[in-house]
Amino acid sequence: MNSFGTIKTIAKREMQAYFASPVAYVFIVIFLLLNGFFTFMVGGFFERGQASLAQPFFNWHPWFYLFLVPAVGMRLWADERRVGTLELLLTMPIAPWEAIVGKFIASWLFLGIALVLTFPIVITVNYLGSPDNGVIFTGYVGSWLMAGAYLAVSCITSAITRSQVVSFIISVVACLFLILAGFSPVINLLQGLTHNWQWLVDLITSFSVITHFEGFQKGVLDSRDVVFFLSVIGFSLFTTSVILRTHRTT
Amino acid sequence: MIKVENLTKTFGGKRAVDGISFSVQRGEVLGFLGPNGAGKSTTMRMITGFLPPSSGNITVGGFDIAENPIPAKKLIGYLPENAPAYTDMTVYGFLDFAAEIRGLRGDAKKAAISRAVELCFLNSVLHQNVDTLSKGYRHRTCFAQSIIHDPDILVLDEPTDGLDPNQKHEIRQLIRGMGEKKAIIFSTHILEEVDAVCTRAMIIDRGRVVANGTPLELRRKSEWAGAVSLRVGGMAAGAVQEKLNRLRSAKRIKTDASGAHVLVTVFPRTAGDGDLTREVIEATNGWQVEELRTEEGRLDEVFRSITMPDTAAKEAKS
Repeated sequence: MNSFGTIKTIAKREMQAYFASPVAYVFIVIFLLLNGFFTFMVGGFFERGQASLAQPFFNWHPWFYLFLVPAVGMRLWADERRVGTLELLLTMPIAPWEAIVGKFIASWLFLGIALVLTFPIVITVNYLGSPDNGVIFTGYVGSWLMAGAYLAVSCITSAITRSQVVSFIISVVACLFLILAGFSPVINLLQGLTHNWQWLVDLITSFSVITHFEGFQKGVLDSRDVVFFLSVIGFSLFTTSVILRTHRTT
Repeated sequence: MIKVENLTKTFGGKRAVDGISFSVQRGEVLGFLGPNGAGKSTTMRMITGFLPPSSGNITVGGFDIAENPIPAKKLIGYLPENAPAYTDMTVYGFLDFAAEIRGLRGDAKKAAISRAVELCFLNSVLHQNVDTLSKGYRHRTCFAQSIIHDPDILVLDEPTDGLDPNQKHEIRQLIRGMGEKKAIIFSTHILEEVDAVCTRAMIIDRGRVVANGTPLELRRKSEWAGAVSLRVGGMAAGAVQEKLNRLRSAKRIKTDASGAHVLVTVFPRTAGDGDLTREVIEATNGWQVEELRTEEGRLDEVFRSITMPDTAAKEAKS
């Protein structure tokens, strides 16, 4: 069987596992409620009087994902190790990377489904005004890529431990770093601490998902931002494979 | 089909497996025996490609498991210890996944699933979630997964653990039946199973192979192999002992008075040549012998004397 078939089989199983438990539905409902509440109540969608989703809607995503994505990713490997199915999976005639990619894709698609289900907000803004739907589209692409980067980080933490709770906490902290590195109060603090060594501040902020997400929110599809998110995903999945291998050799 | 050479595995300085070599041919059922922590599971995990060996070689169907893992793994069906299964799936869903990842599609997949379901008696729980199953059913679900692609090689880590006597019997028959056409390795704590299923047994202790042979050969190692037990009435223990002590082939005699009878066991100098039985029958001519039988040797005693030489020796003396 080719790699594509293997990845598809693993992704299909993983997707079924999400929807077999209430976790998937709970997640989607909470994600949609948060989006609705923050967009209309906190984000001041109506008060702004602008036919745009950049500020009131997408601005919150890095913060929602901070808690929600680790919750989706925490079981990926931790549960396999705890239940012992990891032994089953890795003695099947497949390469470990196929399992890693298959599981990641399933979770990423799941996050994509949750994101797509926010479509009533797009309909609302189109009904009320005439927004630039291209900008909204790039916003969605950026949001999904950002979710993928968080998810890949959660894959690493999930591979580290058998405990889903530990995995969740570590990945929240790691993702918090990804946000805060580009959060303006933190940037100001950094500038004070480093006596305005701009290169150092730039280096740290360049790791932030917020910095790279901004372009998408404005409707700019910059290849550098796409490469950033994809390379975070690639690097994290590679790290996951190294961790899984280390567990078996020691 | 399986060839293991000088296999070693160290976990942080501790040698779990220490230079094991053996091979298994098609048509053989090899039983792995050994105390807990002897290295049985670790060896199986290395054969199936889950753990990489610290040193040594494993070839499965001609493929080196380290260099060519995928074609090697295709030949193997594996039942890990404790029979793990995805708890969030139905039995059917789980088997469907196992079949698909083994490359089966369409009608071939359906046929493979229904064959495995039938062999493992899973029909009644087919659409039940795995986490609602009893231990026996979960075990058989995982077992079904291991035979779904009708593999040439089966590696089964304690396949009858946690099953009730009927289920044990079914699984043993299944293994013995499949053993005619496949190469099977299975581990167990239950010594009767070795007789019931294996064509060859290997005792592993502290990471080393300490005995290897057919169940009969292993039993011959026992002090009991060829021993004659008899129950005599109307005689004192001392008199019996004195009389039987003169036998040429007798090495040691144990007597036990129980009520009006004396229970006697005569151990042979050399196991299993039948001389002792003949001599005992001749010597007891005219006695009131109520029962007499030749022992075949006891696997549990062999197992204990090999894996715990000190304790077993002490017990034998007392």
